[in-house]
Amino acid sequence: MAEPAQGALKTSHDGRWRWRPQWTARMALIPAMTITIVCFYGFIIWTFVISLTRSRLLPVYKFTGFDQYVRLFANERWWTAMQNIAIHGFLFIGGCIVFGYLLAILIDRGVKAEGMFRTVFMLPLSMSFIVTGVIWQWVMNPGLGLQDAVRELGWTTFEFNWIVRQDRSIYTLAIAGIWQQVGLCMALFLAGLRNVDPNIWKASRVDGIPVWRVYLHVITPMMRTVFFTVFILMSAIVMKAYDLVVALTGGGPGFSSDLPAKFVVDHILNRQELGLGAAGAFVLLCTVIAVISPYIHFELRKARDGGGH
Amino acid sequence: MRYNRLALYAMLGIAALMILAPVFIMVSTSLKSMDEIRDGSIFALPAEPNFDAWGEAWFGDCTQTVGEDCGGLSSSFLTSVKIVIPALFLSVGLGAVTGYALAAWKMRGANLMFAALLVGMFIPPQVTLYPLIIMVRELGIFGSIPGLVLVHVIWGVAFTTMMFRNFFKTVPQDLLKAARIDGAGFWPLFWHVMLPLSLPILGVAMILQFTYIWNDFLLGLTFGGRSGQPMTVALNNLVGSQFGEKEYNVDMAATMLTALPTLAVYLLSGRLFVRGIAAGAVKG
Repeated sequence: MAEPAQGALKTSHDGRWRWRPQWTARMALIPAMTITIVCFYGFIIWTFVISLTRSRLLPVYKFTGFDQYVRLFANERWWTAMQNIAIHGFLFIGGCIVFGYLLAILIDRGVKAEGMFRTVFMLPLSMSFIVTGVIWQWVMNPGLGLQDAVRELGWTTFEFNWIVRQDRSIYTLAIAGIWQQVGLCMALFLAGLRNVDPNIWKASRVDGIPVWRVYLHVITPMMRTVFFTVFILMSAIVMKAYDLVVALTGGGPGFSSDLPAKFVVDHILNRQELGLGAAGAFVLLCTVIAVISPYIHFELRKARDGGGH
Repeated sequence: MRYNRLALYAMLGIAALMILAPVFIMVSTSLKSMDEIRDGSIFALPAEPNFDAWGEAWFGDCTQTVGEDCGGLSSSFLTSVKIVIPALFLSVGLGAVTGYALAAWKMRGANLMFAALLVGMFIPPQVTLYPLIIMVRELGIFGSIPGLVLVHVIWGVAFTTMMFRNFFKTVPQDLLKAARIDGAGFWPLFWHVMLPLSLPILGVAMILQFTYIWNDFLLGLTFGGRSGQPMTVALNNLVGSQFGEKEYNVDMAATMLTALPTLAVYLLSGRLFVRGIAAGAVKG
């Protein structure tokens, strides 16, 4: 044990040149390292450079300073998209946390067929955002969908036509999104609840504290890190939200349910406004960094403290 | 106490019904005829269930379109399979080797590189999309299946590496030291010790990567071109661009066909999926 690496490092002592396994390990990192440096960070810089040019259809390296950002912030559609991401983020993340936590608590109360409930709640997670969007577009179809079905039951003034209303279409994104992601939040919260020291429950039973108060005042504060993780994970989904908007509302009616991720893709791929799209992408990236940097810091500290040996 | 239990099951039951209702509506709509859809409620069971809409979604309707392509999903299903299989094995394989090298071989900068990779998982794909297009085009594989495989490997490697690295970190260091004293080099240690140990995590990574790659839309849309259109892109086109009256039963059958592979993997794998999805959730 005293000199553990002797076997592997013997080579240099007898002076003969021999290939060391450490070098193989370094070489094995080359593909992933190339991807990280070039395709992640290099391409971020490239996108930033493009955002400083007046590129339209193709990249043209004629620099115009921050003109594209000025145009971006003067762009009405961009502001609609930014406002929408705030509304959608608030509703979607809030809904996922509230419903996910409630479901986890219900399951944690010790029900029979727990496995079945868990399988059902997580079922939508296996489907793509495109599938989710197409299903909900049909469910919310004002002519033949939910509105029509409820009216046929006798409630003839029932209205649920949000998907075609400028002022409501953004809310439909949250409905479909929560439906898809609530199972993940439930699973994360449930794992947290299962880690709670059972003695807490014994003590509270002895003291005769009602169950709901134990959850509210004792368990919930203990679950801080789980709430934090869920918040970050759901934020990451909101920032990247593209597929769901495309499949559910197409960003419409008009641009009423547009999101920044869709704005960026549209301007880069379809509208021949490469520079403007790149500027939007870079602003989006800055938003992501602002939200996730506490999480990365937290994860790395955990990896250093817990993953060490 | 008994009423409490009853309320508990009632609430869970209602929640389960709300989750299952859209799935039920999708299946039942796909088995109806358009006349029945127009006349009845979306919650009604199909009166005369038939698979006509499924046939049309799969093979297309050759009476309405000109040319060879009838608009069915069968060809894009094959495209998806051809993308998923190589991309799955390459991204998981690369992640396993990278994760192993980072966790089991002490190297300067290993933690820094892992951090850089971890951050990479959060980068919205839109941010690097255009440079990636240029790179793939320069390589001459834009609009083809190899191009899509490449971008899926690039986007998947951060996630798979993280899974394997975190798992290999839990392997006792003494075991690694013993193997190295016995003269095991980089590859023998990987093949004979680490990889057999990592079978559960290998399963999780495979299932999750399958789901992510199959469900991808943005990369397929951007890099697929005409010939490399995966199923999600074809589904979106089918639903978005029908001429004349919309055929909701065909839409729902097509949706069902697109969802089936990942749904089947989820239902068959159960626990493994649950284990991985939390770790990979950042990918969105």
